[in-house]
Amino acid sequence: MTTSIMIVGVGGQGTLLAGRILGNAAIARGYDVKMSEVHGMSQRGGSVVTCVRYGEKVYSPVIAEGGADVILAFEQLEAYRYLNYLKKGGGMLMNTRAIDPMPVITGVAEYPGDIPGKIKNAGARVVAADAFAAAVEAGSAKAVNVVLIGLLAAETEIPKDVWMNAVEQTVPPKFLEINKKAFDLGYHLR
Amino acid sequence: MKKFMLGNEAVARGAYEAGVSVVSSYPGTPSTEITETIAKHYDEIYSEWAPNEKVALEVAIGASFAGARAMSCMKHVGLNVAADPLFTASYTGVNGGLVVCVADDQGMHSSQNEQDSRLTAIAAKVPMLEPADSAECKAYVKRAYELSEQYDTPVLLRLSTRISHSQSLVESEERVTPPRGAYVKDAAKYVMMPAMAMKRRHYVEKRLDDMRAFAEDCEFNRIERNSAEVGVIAAGIAYQYAKEVFPDASFLKIGMIHPLPSDLIRQFAASVKKVYVVEELDPVIENHCKVLGIEVIGKEIFPNIGEFNAAQLQRAVYGGAVDSYRIEEPIPGRPPVMCAGCPHRGTFYVLKKLGLVVSGDIGCYTLGALPPTASMDVCVCMGASVGMAHGMEKAGGEIFTKKTVAVIGDSTFIHSGVTGLINMAYNKGGGTVIVLDNSITGMTGHQDNPLTGLTIKGEPTRSVDLVKLCEAIGIERVVVADPFDLDGFERVVREETASDAPSVIIARRPCALLKNVKYGGAFAVNNACKNCKACMKLGCPAISAKAGGVAIDAAQCNGCGLCTRVCKFGAIGGAEA
Repeated sequence: MTTSIMIVGVGGQGTLLAGRILGNAAIARGYDVKMSEVHGMSQRGGSVVTCVRYGEKVYSPVIAEGGADVILAFEQLEAYRYLNYLKKGGGMLMNTRAIDPMPVITGVAEYPGDIPGKIKNAGARVVAADAFAAAVEAGSAKAVNVVLIGLLAAETEIPKDVWMNAVEQTVPPKFLEINKKAFDLGYHLR
Repeated sequence: MKKFMLGNEAVARGAYEAGVSVVSSYPGTPSTEITETIAKHYDEIYSEWAPNEKVALEVAIGASFAGARAMSCMKHVGLNVAADPLFTASYTGVNGGLVVCVADDQGMHSSQNEQDSRLTAIAAKVPMLEPADSAECKAYVKRAYELSEQYDTPVLLRLSTRISHSQSLVESEERVTPPRGAYVKDAAKYVMMPAMAMKRRHYVEKRLDDMRAFAEDCEFNRIERNSAEVGVIAAGIAYQYAKEVFPDASFLKIGMIHPLPSDLIRQFAASVKKVYVVEELDPVIENHCKVLGIEVIGKEIFPNIGEFNAAQLQRAVYGGAVDSYRIEEPIPGRPPVMCAGCPHRGTFYVLKKLGLVVSGDIGCYTLGALPPTASMDVCVCMGASVGMAHGMEKAGGEIFTKKTVAVIGDSTFIHSGVTGLINMAYNKGGGTVIVLDNSITGMTGHQDNPLTGLTIKGEPTRSVDLVKLCEAIGIERVVVADPFDLDGFERVVREETASDAPSVIIARRPCALLKNVKYGGAFAVNNACKNCKACMKLGCPAISAKAGGVAIDAAQCNGCGLCTRVCKFGAIGGAEA
């Protein structure tokens, strides 16, 4: 049985670090783990996807359409964009933050309204939370990624202490205290 | 203990464990982290960023001739640049082992084309290995050095975006110290002029025959026996996708992509009722099977464009649609954009305003082609902007004469734009070249280069003086200008394009993401705003037009202040405004 978790967001939001925390937590549980990241051009404010898959034996590092058990979305529009990657019955955990893409900024497209509601109406289970506010409360707006990892952690069977170790192992020591607090806030955010 | 590593980090670890002592590369997504990891973690290896891939490979060839194990890493299009030394290094062979890592970018995540480097291996007549996960990346690199020395050949290691940028578990081992090859002066082997090269030409064919025999019974190619109904032949990342789609099939997993094992393929095909060949891009394995007279299913159902995924292969083989949640509403795209505070924004704003023909190049600034600046006309490959601008000018006509500029990044200019500029000066061109000097190689994630004054290890070194370089080439009009001084910059561009003489404008302002770049706090729109949307023409991701008027997102704004210079009403001020 392979668990497939997709982390989507906007280049620069820290999805890579979040994926690495998840990867390290899964490794600590003794799973075979694969993770695919996006580097390069889309990191310049484009739509970015990190896939993490763990289980007894994992082949593909990439999650295909309809294959994600959980999607962790750092931004509303990206949650919407990748909804078709969610497995039927899977969970959409999303940050309520909205970042306008260039076609919206230039006025050729409109940012869709009430995305969490629309995803619910499509039939998916949605957890929507203001991770930005929680990160600010933890001490840094940049800790949004770790707040969201906390939100995800509460959704998995991996115990909280394993997650906490993975956070310690992955984030720079200088920001450890803020990140621990951010994780905890995220864990209890729903 | 097993560690989680990117394919690229595992390649670096493999180089370390294999006792490699010289690595020279040019950055290019998705290959960059191999050399970065070596520079950061393995001090036993001398590493460097070369100005381009051709030089990088030549450095590695020299190190190999001198007896050391050497490596050069690049992306697929970089191998085109390095093709010249590669094709003849195939003749000379090696002294110390030589491995060339090439990362293809199926799906063009970060590239201007999609090409299959396996065809280069075939054309250059050098063996090529293709790992399918990080553990294989490390193991294959180590074996590649043994093969290189045993068969007297450079060895290509083919990677791809999903191998290079996927993490999986790798067991680390100790570094070995390979015996250093004794240097013996041997013109017949190392001086490739016609008489000597013809002898080596024969050696190359003999070596290929030897390697074909090796391929039949090597650890890289393995049969995974399962059902006799379906057999799958696959390599690299495509093997991983195929394992999910064909859980019961027998597999021939190919790890050595050139030369291919003909007998092993025949034997495998004969043992199953139906054979699928699952490979991204070109039908290399498939065509080999067909030459052998083996009936296989391949490109008639699997695409030859883009990358695969398991769901797509599932559909191709079994038909039907994936059951997933559907959205009917159109979803706005999110193309990459120049960052808030990017120095290139000023340049493209001015070029758009002046309506010039812009011959572009490869880097972050290629994003200047997208709306709203949308001021790039052409972009082909690294360094091409200068030559193309010269060609447009020589073609003449009122669209181009004195209305064309080349725009090229600092690192790209050193890579291969400088030869274009020499051509322009020598052949009496009158073009204008704008070198975007942001003090770093930006797109690939901040690598130092010959202009930054720092080595790959961050040690101070000599740096190219761009102004003197252009003057030495024969360019008399060289101007340094700040792209954020919009009026001044516009004036300079007007003057230089109007001039009959060739000219270079160095647009100098550091990348906004560099640590030492610090602007003040975020800006905000105040009530003097007339909603004229002049600031929207900048295409800054921090500025958007909401129902209530224009707004600046404080979380994204880095305080560069460029927008304050286009606002005629003084409506943009400090955050407290």
